[in-house]
Amino acid sequence: MFKRWLRQTTMATMVALAPMAVHAQDTPSQGGEIVVTYKDDITTLDPAIGYDWVNWSMIKSLYSRLMDYAPGTPNPVPSLAESFEVAPDGLTYTFKLRKGVKFSNGREVVASDVKYSIERAVDPKTQGPGAGFFGAIQGFEDLTGGKATTLSGIETPDEGTVIFKLSRPDATFLHVLAINFASVVPKEAVEEAAGDFGKKPVGSGTFILKDWTIGQHLVFEKNPDYYVKDVPHIDKFTVEVGQEPLVALLRLQKGEVDIAGDGIPPAKFLEIKNSADGAQMIVDGEQLHTGYVTLNTKVKPFDNVKVRQALNMAINKERITRILNGRATPANQPLPPLMPGHDKSFPGYAYDVEKAKALLAEAGYPDGFETVLYSTNTDPQPRIAQAIQQDLAAVGVKAEVRALAQANVISAGGTEGEAPMIWSGGMAWIADFPDASNFYGPILGCAGAVPGGWNWSWYCNKDLDARAVAADSMSDPAKAAERTAAWGKIFTDIMADAPWIPVINERRVVAKSLRMGGADNIYIDPTRVINYDAIYVKQ
Amino acid sequence: MAFLILRRIVQMALILLGVAAITFLLLYALPADPARMIAGRSATAQTVANIRRELGLDQPFLVQFWTYLANLLQGNLGRSYAQKTEVATLIVARLPATLTLMLAGIVVEVVLGMILGTIAAVRRGGAVDRLVMMASFVGVSAPQFVVALLLLYVFAATLGWFPMSGYGSFAHIVLPATTLGVLGAGWYARMVRSAMIDVLNQDYVRTARAKGLSSRRIIFRHALPNAVLPVIAMIGIDIGQFMGGVVVVEAVYGWPGIGQLAWQAIQQVDIPIIMGVTLTSALAIVLGNLIADVIAPVIDPRIRTR
Repeated sequence: MFKRWLRQTTMATMVALAPMAVHAQDTPSQGGEIVVTYKDDITTLDPAIGYDWVNWSMIKSLYSRLMDYAPGTPNPVPSLAESFEVAPDGLTYTFKLRKGVKFSNGREVVASDVKYSIERAVDPKTQGPGAGFFGAIQGFEDLTGGKATTLSGIETPDEGTVIFKLSRPDATFLHVLAINFASVVPKEAVEEAAGDFGKKPVGSGTFILKDWTIGQHLVFEKNPDYYVKDVPHIDKFTVEVGQEPLVALLRLQKGEVDIAGDGIPPAKFLEIKNSADGAQMIVDGEQLHTGYVTLNTKVKPFDNVKVRQALNMAINKERITRILNGRATPANQPLPPLMPGHDKSFPGYAYDVEKAKALLAEAGYPDGFETVLYSTNTDPQPRIAQAIQQDLAAVGVKAEVRALAQANVISAGGTEGEAPMIWSGGMAWIADFPDASNFYGPILGCAGAVPGGWNWSWYCNKDLDARAVAADSMSDPAKAAERTAAWGKIFTDIMADAPWIPVINERRVVAKSLRMGGADNIYIDPTRVINYDAIYVKQ
Repeated sequence: MAFLILRRIVQMALILLGVAAITFLLLYALPADPARMIAGRSATAQTVANIRRELGLDQPFLVQFWTYLANLLQGNLGRSYAQKTEVATLIVARLPATLTLMLAGIVVEVVLGMILGTIAAVRRGGAVDRLVMMASFVGVSAPQFVVALLLLYVFAATLGWFPMSGYGSFAHIVLPATTLGVLGAGWYARMVRSAMIDVLNQDYVRTARAKGLSSRRIIFRHALPNAVLPVIAMIGIDIGQFMGGVVVVEAVYGWPGIGQLAWQAIQQVDIPIIMGVTLTSALAIVLGNLIADVIAPVIDPRIRTR
């Protein structure tokens, strides 16, 4: 017996959620062309490959996926799918596709496109970073291991139906189908692009790429045939790349730019904030981010839990938020406040130098010890690392700060026994999708504690791993609250072992011109950074 | 002459091979792993291993280098790791911007340098001379980043005479070329000045004066052409300096050249792009020197006898 669990269409859901998403704002007006700037060039718009915070939001808008999020919220809703049902054992997902949706090359989107697109994202030949997300689909190992060229767990009985067969229950599966790697692409366009689909993208999303002049600009135009009425609101956005943030800000103040994607340089932040129009230009939004210091449990003396707990009490997190001009709040657990499962009542380890010293003495280090703290070398990260260094010195721990290029820090973190402590700034975890499990596996679970992994504490707790698997098996939507609570408990229980010092939850800052409308959470949307579908120009 | 050029071309090829080998070795020796940079955070160990294999990064150094070289000899610079686009496409799209900016920068610095140097030499020891030498000292020492932002703030943001960033029209190039040129002009002013002073002290100049030639004719017809020789050699060397300098200037003015491309590729450990840009820059430098060597005998017949 299948338990039917039909959802409303995206349209209905979005209408229902709209008052929440754009509270206290005037209704979006249609039309208008805007200019967006970034310092870095856009690497790729191929949804199977793109994985940085700049191209993430553009890929979101170029393509459609079976599932998407209601704007500004962490709630997955059907998008390209019209409806779906989940089998009671959580192993079969059946999706009915919306009819009449067309790719920008004119062809209708059919079920086999969904199958092809996900297989393409998993296929090692694509060299995509997102393959692992689809690990629950049957036949995954055969495709990644080169034994098959398709995923046996995706079936397309007719043009309008896609059935996923999973090898294990995965409560995050709806989120997985909403991430960029699950974007639907037409096979013929991928083949025609001959290896460069990232520069010649074809999708069925809200926008169509009209022009890409390498190193200069990209022009996105509204898809007039998009399947949700009055979405998107703007007619066109031009992304100008290679723009120094300071220059972008000057141009924004002159009205030449509408969104400065890199935000406001730290040196200018207070000046803008205190200027007449400044407050309306700054969008300062919460994101699913936690900045932390990893304590390598395989390196002495961090193998001693008392040492790890002591250092958790030694860091003055308030001071670090001041280095960031107050664009952060102190953290006491791995999950950020925006993430379902975050425990507001959890006390964590309070800042207490005397208690930290006492605990260090108890652990056998009354005079402290010497260690090394790694950090990336772009401002303000070395300054934060120095603040941590000073805090550690106050409890007798002499830490040498090693500020390196990001790639080298990542390499040190993934090498066993190499980096005793790493300040995660510039590489900190920002969730791929708004589900607590995304904060566990790669960075705190046993699976990530391998050479080349991202669990830089090398922390592996089999008991917590088992609880994580149990929580992710609760794919019955009726148990969602129970599952969220189970995850929340995993993260607060982890703090007893203290593999991290959770330091801050940093907010993202985007600068927008005065004519741009919409709530802050569509400029810093937890699931897509800038939500090009929802922003609008005030008329 | 033909033999000289042929010999230089063989030398050039060897230099480029050396540059390729050294750069490749350095990138190979980096602890940073390109496969992990592509794979990002959420990738499983298997995904990383698959990417590494697909890119051939699991092969020994010599095999990798040989593969790269074999492709290079067929004119294939490979595909970017992060973008998957042909490296040649990316460089060709951006090279005109860098070359235009370099050329404009060289014109500004040479013209400015020669004018200032000549004035200083003629007015040697005077207030003008001291002023020019001081200005050139400041120009040579000023950080490009600061000069670029200063010019941008004054002439684009405040006065609005020029666009703040972008590419395409004459107005766009004025500020970036001036930034590059002002800084380089100091070197040329000093060089032209000392060369001019040398020349002005020579016997034939005294003879010309004795003949009653106007001082303008002496300076422009007799002295300057003789003082210009080191300038030509300097331009050849300068191209190397410019290749470094454009990275900063391109960044500030949003100039879509290869400097930007290189900067981003280094962050991402995108080895094919780093190799491609390095080889292109090396080629520009050796070509610049070759051209300077070829032009020198045309301007100064004395060199031909050597």
